[in-house]
Amino acid sequence: MTQVKLSGLTKIFDAKNPPAVDQLDLDIDSGKLTALLGPSGCGKTTTMKMIAGLLRPTSGDILFDGNSILSIKPEERGAVMVFQNYLLFPYMSIADNIGFGLKMRKVSKKEIRSRVTDMLDLVQLPGFEDRKPNQLSGGQQQRIALARALIVEPNVLLLDEPLSNLDAHLRDEMRVLIRRIQTEMGITTVFVTHDQEEAVVLADKVALLFDGRLQQFDSPDAFYDTPRSAEIATFFGGTNFIPGHYQDGVMKTDIGNFKAPHSAVGDGAAMLSIRPEAIELGVGGDNSVAGTILSHVYAGRYARFQVKIGDLEIEAITEPGQVKLFGDGDTVPVNFAPDKIWILEANSTPQPVGADSAG
Amino acid sequence: MTTAPAPMPHFNPRSVGRVTLRWVGIAGLLAFLVAPMVPLFIWSISFRWFYPDILPSEYSSRAWEQVISPTNNVLGSTWQTTLIALLVTVLSVLFGVPAGRALGLHNFRGKRIVEIMILAPIIVPGLAVVLGIDTMFIRYGLSGNIIGVSLVHLVPTLPYMTLVMSGVYANYDVDYELQARSLGAGRWATQRYVTLPAVFPGVVVGALFTFLISWSQYVLTLLIGDGQVQTLPILLFNFARSEPAIAGALSVVFILPGILVLLLSSKYLSGDSAAVGGIGNI
Repeated sequence: MTQVKLSGLTKIFDAKNPPAVDQLDLDIDSGKLTALLGPSGCGKTTTMKMIAGLLRPTSGDILFDGNSILSIKPEERGAVMVFQNYLLFPYMSIADNIGFGLKMRKVSKKEIRSRVTDMLDLVQLPGFEDRKPNQLSGGQQQRIALARALIVEPNVLLLDEPLSNLDAHLRDEMRVLIRRIQTEMGITTVFVTHDQEEAVVLADKVALLFDGRLQQFDSPDAFYDTPRSAEIATFFGGTNFIPGHYQDGVMKTDIGNFKAPHSAVGDGAAMLSIRPEAIELGVGGDNSVAGTILSHVYAGRYARFQVKIGDLEIEAITEPGQVKLFGDGDTVPVNFAPDKIWILEANSTPQPVGADSAG
Repeated sequence: MTTAPAPMPHFNPRSVGRVTLRWVGIAGLLAFLVAPMVPLFIWSISFRWFYPDILPSEYSSRAWEQVISPTNNVLGSTWQTTLIALLVTVLSVLFGVPAGRALGLHNFRGKRIVEIMILAPIIVPGLAVVLGIDTMFIRYGLSGNIIGVSLVHLVPTLPYMTLVMSGVYANYDVDYELQARSLGAGRWATQRYVTLPAVFPGVVVGALFTFLISWSQYVLTLLIGDGQVQTLPILLFNFARSEPAIAGALSVVFILPGILVLLLSSKYLSGDSAAVGGIGNI
């Protein structure tokens, strides 16, 4: 079990461009599964390669259990990276691929053989020893790549987009497998992904990066409930934004005043955010305003309403049965439950609801 | 209602076309590569062969006896030619593989110029190049010996080695090396277990070219060797005018290693080989 600390980690590839990774501070918990999340080109993989020792940071430090490891060669770091495209050595058998790390550590052939067998059992591909990588499907190659990394019992396991090359069905299977193995072996694991759902489902903690800078490092639910900026809220799926002024736990907006006990900012100009699924139609009360239904969509498991309140248009996602209660053009009370409201700083530029969240 | 397509197991126009094409190809190869060698062999065993006879009127083993006899030093010359070709091949691998790696993997300032410079020895006539080199080599004592001849043979061979290797490395994913490092392999182990197997077919092809080009050099050997280094092409040229029978026999000796090397390494030269595509095509 190894605790990994990144301190002011910076990577500049080209002085003309902004840094690929910019002053990144991160405390990665020992024995936990941490996601590095962000749109492509945000510096996730660069960060991972620096942890693995495959890229030299421009500045900053990387510490394993409090000790800087920058001067330690990649082969001695015990931080094993699994690349996105698996990179099984094509001219080696599966057994030789998995046993590669042990061979480099001068482990006896006999022991390698028995541990390879154990590993194949672990990744649920028993009897694959003598096959060649090109005889395997993408999902199988992924498992072999994982086994090849795990066999050396790394201090830190680094997975680069472990699920992105797999189809949906295999992805679920692999997700379960990674989670199970990680929990069993208790290896400090960092994985890179651009898919916020994947990060949320798999990780204990998520580090969100935009343009090489850390935006938020939190447990998955925090990104939904208490995002630090409108940009983050948008990345995690559509949210309604209403500008206004925040004071003494009340958000004053053009469409009314709302009680809002939870806030990321102090008093002053602010932005109210509330997720479409938190909005209740047909519910009155202190935090309720009147709105007119513009249109609706029935989507089987839920219903989606466009509601006009004053000059603003918001989106509400409700249980599907509500389409029978409200029709287009109806005026209904729209409730903003105080607990579901989250106040953000005003200068962050909100994007329209339903904008594509993936980068 | 659906009908199953009629099975046609015995006739496939595409495969028929392909078979025809294959035979045309083989016939072409025979006509251009093997046929010219037949008269050489016949020369080597002929005693009298005058126009308009299609075959010699008398046969003799005299030419072959001459080839084997120590007075003409054919064996020594063969050995010397082989030694030079091997030396050139080793040098060419040592310089060409790293150069090809740099060109194939990295983008750097002036890369285009380097690429053109590498091709220059192929474009510029060898004779022009070697006259300049000769004066330098005489000054440094590299004229008239095997070392000098081997060095000058690098002029026409190194471009091929470098180009083949740059092609191999252009298709090579250097992340394989990072993966090996990450798994615990040091620099040397990574080269040994990961890089070398991936680029080996390319090295074989490049070495093959090098060996054969060096083997058949005439002008460069003549000028730099200064008459002291008697490789097979030099010997062959000496006999070509005066003794067609011996020249024929020598030619057969001269061609053999090429064919031998080609056969031995044919698996690396085929279209499926990784030499053309690097690690990605295996």
